[in-house]
Amino acid sequence: MATAHSRSAARIMIAPAVFLLLVWMLVPLCMTLYFSFADYRPLRATFDAWIGFDNYVRFVSSSSFLRSVGTTLWMVGGILSITIVGGVLMALLLDRQMYGQGIVRILVIAPFFVMPTVSALVWKNMFFNVDNGLFSYLYKFLGLQPYDFLSQAPVFSIVIIVAWQWLPFATLILLTAVQSLDSEQLEAAEMDGAPVLSRFRFIILPHLSRAITVVILIQTIFLLSIFAEIFVTTNGAFGTRTLTYLVYQRVLESQNVGLGSAGGIIAVILANIVAIFLMRIVGKNLDN
Amino acid sequence: MARAITTKQKVIWTALAWAFGLLMFFPIMWTFLTSFKTEGTAIADPPVWFFFDWTLENYTAVQERSNYPKALMNSIIIAVGSTLLGILIAVPAAWSMAFVPGKRTKDVLLWMLSTKMLPAVGVLYPLVLLAKWLGVMDSRALLIVVLMLINLPIIVWMLYTYFKEIPGEILEASRMDGASLRSEILYVLTPMALPGIASTILLNIILAWNEAFWTILLTTVDAAPLTAFIASFSAPEGLFYAKLSAASMMAIAPILIMGWFSQKQLVRGLTFGAVK
Repeated sequence: MATAHSRSAARIMIAPAVFLLLVWMLVPLCMTLYFSFADYRPLRATFDAWIGFDNYVRFVSSSSFLRSVGTTLWMVGGILSITIVGGVLMALLLDRQMYGQGIVRILVIAPFFVMPTVSALVWKNMFFNVDNGLFSYLYKFLGLQPYDFLSQAPVFSIVIIVAWQWLPFATLILLTAVQSLDSEQLEAAEMDGAPVLSRFRFIILPHLSRAITVVILIQTIFLLSIFAEIFVTTNGAFGTRTLTYLVYQRVLESQNVGLGSAGGIIAVILANIVAIFLMRIVGKNLDN
Repeated sequence: MARAITTKQKVIWTALAWAFGLLMFFPIMWTFLTSFKTEGTAIADPPVWFFFDWTLENYTAVQERSNYPKALMNSIIIAVGSTLLGILIAVPAAWSMAFVPGKRTKDVLLWMLSTKMLPAVGVLYPLVLLAKWLGVMDSRALLIVVLMLINLPIIVWMLYTYFKEIPGEILEASRMDGASLRSEILYVLTPMALPGIASTILLNIILAWNEAFWTILLTTVDAAPLTAFIASFSAPEGLFYAKLSAASMMAIAPILIMGWFSQKQLVRGLTFGAVK
């Protein structure tokens, strides 16, 4: 069907997009790679183009690196668990017959469209604030001592904020998957007397496993670079410094570009490990 | 599941689902209510729910702030600009991959996606440096280009999946009738592709509107959009809950409405066809 003429036309049409993305990916990444081997501190006018792996060694061996990796794992792990478990339950719930299903769907999905700075500030001030936050009123109402969320449980607080934003995403995708489930299979199992839990365990969960994997991978890629939520709530204080945030601070706040760039390269490598798995699933689906 | 269930069951599921739905929506609802309170009522103990003197003073107060209209303008220009620019570059690319697939099409698509997974901090300093060097730091043009580039893979991907659904026979027929490539695109493909292009535009305006890494770090005053404007509220200034709520509502309301229209596209656009 495709003639030589249309083939060359196709190549010309695809060229701008490929070229732009190639430049966008390669130029800054190569610069970061270059800086990561340099002693580059603009504020002190230091530039020594080649210091070998010093930056990498210093970045990885600093105590803040290990702590930031720990924080990142806690944060991403916490958000993933809440959104996956909550998302599966919510998807199954939304799949039921009910009155006003469309409206409930809208209510559930809404948080995904709230910009990160807004949700972080609203949660920080109107919910978590120890003096005037709603949670403090709730605690007082229950006769408990008000709890200062953002300084006493900072990572958990950020997990709540981000999980609130991403639960709709997980729900929506898992709901799409639930709706493609063959209901006859479920009915047959029900008639054979399979209890609810084993129906869930042996029919629903295997059917959802692929969608769950996709949600985990996509969310991980986005969650590894959480920024605004930390920026406006704690600004990296109280042990909420993730790897992304640590690199940002090294590069832009303390202006140690060499050290920060080494961290940036490490972040790129870690994200790529996750990305490879996601690409494999997406690629397989492209063949079908 | 199209099975008959009793009304009682249906009522129970309805109650449960509504309870969870309202719980998820509550922070937005609370922000909405607070935006109509006076600063005093906003922090009243115990909290006031519906019965207070509704006032619009917060909305006027926020609009009178010198930088709000500018931030709103910047948000609109940056989100719409980056999306349209992206569409302009992505439509030909997606068209050729969908209708003239080559051996490498799949690799190119996957490679494009992989650029989306590059962590932003990995390229943060070079970008700041390049922007300063070119003298475009804190300019709308810079943000339009950067946001276009980070969303380009998603735009290409969404358009590709939409174009794929258009039957190729129609194009062949038009070719047989002697339509040139240009008129084939203009008169045959475009009308059929318009709904897909429209949803792609919608979702990408949402993504660009809410982007909060580059918009915060690459702007200071002139090009700061609403994300950065709201972030400036992070330093509290006396009583400010009601004003914060009003500013927040104005920043999210248009996107909430657009978002509700693009629920379906969300799945397509953000899972890259991996979930159907």
